[in-house]
Amino acid sequence: MSVPLEPAAPLFPVVVDLPFREGYVRSIIFVSLYVSVTAVALSTLVSLPVAMLMGFADFRGKQLVKSIINTGMGFPSVVVGLLVLFAVSNQGPLGALELIFTREAMIMSQFVLATPPITAITLAAITGVSENVRDAAHALGGTRLDVALVVIKEARYGIATAILAGFGRAISEVGSVLIVGGNITSADGVSKTRTLTTAIQLEARQGQYDTAMVLGAVLLALVLTVNAIVVRLGDEGAMR
Amino acid sequence: MAIQRRQFIAAVGGGTLAAIAGCSGTSGGGQSDGGTSAGVTGETLTLTTTTSTYDTGLLDEIHPDFEEMYGVTVDAVAQGTGAALESARNGDSDVVMVHARGLEDEFMRNGYGINRRDLMFNDFVIVGPESDPAGIQGMSSATEALTAIAESQSTFVSRGDNSGTHTKELNLWEAAGTEPGGDWYQETGTGMGEALNVANQQGAYTLSDRGTFISQLSEIDLVILVQGPIEDGPEILANPYGIMAVNPGVHDNANYDLAMAYIGWITSPGAQDAISGYRVNDEQLFFPEAVSENPDFQQYVPEGWSSDSDDE
Repeated sequence: MSVPLEPAAPLFPVVVDLPFREGYVRSIIFVSLYVSVTAVALSTLVSLPVAMLMGFADFRGKQLVKSIINTGMGFPSVVVGLLVLFAVSNQGPLGALELIFTREAMIMSQFVLATPPITAITLAAITGVSENVRDAAHALGGTRLDVALVVIKEARYGIATAILAGFGRAISEVGSVLIVGGNITSADGVSKTRTLTTAIQLEARQGQYDTAMVLGAVLLALVLTVNAIVVRLGDEGAMR
Repeated sequence: MAIQRRQFIAAVGGGTLAAIAGCSGTSGGGQSDGGTSAGVTGETLTLTTTTSTYDTGLLDEIHPDFEEMYGVTVDAVAQGTGAALESARNGDSDVVMVHARGLEDEFMRNGYGINRRDLMFNDFVIVGPESDPAGIQGMSSATEALTAIAESQSTFVSRGDNSGTHTKELNLWEAAGTEPGGDWYQETGTGMGEALNVANQQGAYTLSDRGTFISQLSEIDLVILVQGPIEDGPEILANPYGIMAVNPGVHDNANYDLAMAYIGWITSPGAQDAISGYRVNDEQLFFPEAVSENPDFQQYVPEGWSSDSDDE
């Protein structure tokens, strides 16, 4: 059921008294970035080799792997949260590591969420590099590694898009980090496992729609900034 | 510009290393602390609790005192009574603070919870729009009020989330002899604050704990129509909170020492005073009940429990 905002309320309150303590918003931004950047970095480390393998080699079951990855893109984050919860809960296989309600557990669930889109989009990008480029690289005496590097260079925008898509999925999801992280701050208002999304959820739960909107705007600004940085890095890489 | 990129990679790599280090640090710390260290300094207590204790700001207000006294950290996870007990059942928390005596008793009987204490209470109130279409204003019986709401088919918002408040609501319907259902009965599956907002938007009735209702007064137009026992309403609307340690005999990773230190602290006269002194919108939200000249023995065991083997 949707809850309409009060029509009288201004859509973007220009001045909102944020009822937060000093450093609260900064600490949840830090936790959001720390968890999502780490998760996406790990996802990228796994996704790129997998996508390369699938792009360059033929093997039995390739179509199956492909459909698993594509299905993974549509996996609801709350289900991933439950799976990770079962894994890291004291009763689960990783229970001895005591990861429940930690940032590491949140990184695990975002890793699971971000890996399929990064792999799938990277694969699409390197498959899209024209055969001519590959042949030329071969013809010029390139080894398989050289050819791979040329293809990566040609596909770098697609790969950047893949990483941004993964980052977007990671930083914007709320279901799994709420379950495995617990939305914890210390009593003095410093976030331990509270991210921007779970903070927004908490504000909404308390009916503080104004502050929830402001935090939403902060999240949007953060994603924009990260996008700009990645695009800029890509451009500068191309100019060298 | 290559330098910038290297720094970015270094930062990402560093983060990854920190994550891995964090993993091993957590596991190592958990094991060695329990065995060798005599004190509890530096340890973390995981408390699973209800949204009503957390969202009212009570815990943030009183916890710094405990954290300073023992040099520890309290991780408070606000989940709702059902989920808080489930986390504890899985061994994922050390101490639980909830408000549904029936569920607490089951938790104790199954061996998961020990050393239960009555902690504090407030009460539930039935709130609704000022126009009061079901005409329940000032009724002295909560069950009659619910019956009136059902008979007039006025919209009623239910938490529907297995929380302490939801459990109380279902008990009330049962006591009223009415099976709620139909278009007028809406389960939101959300926390108390959201449920109050939904009720506010729709001009509906709902059952709320007094604490959350007071802390949201400035956001909503609903009014209290049936008072709880704090304002001389029916006793059936009482809302007692209990606290229990997770049984280390069932979950050996539970931080039992610290859980008991926490229970000892929060039921001490000092912390109980802090609870009664906590005010939102100039109103007291919680009434302590742990310190008493005549302790109620039923607080330590499931309600109605008596020792069968004890026949003289």
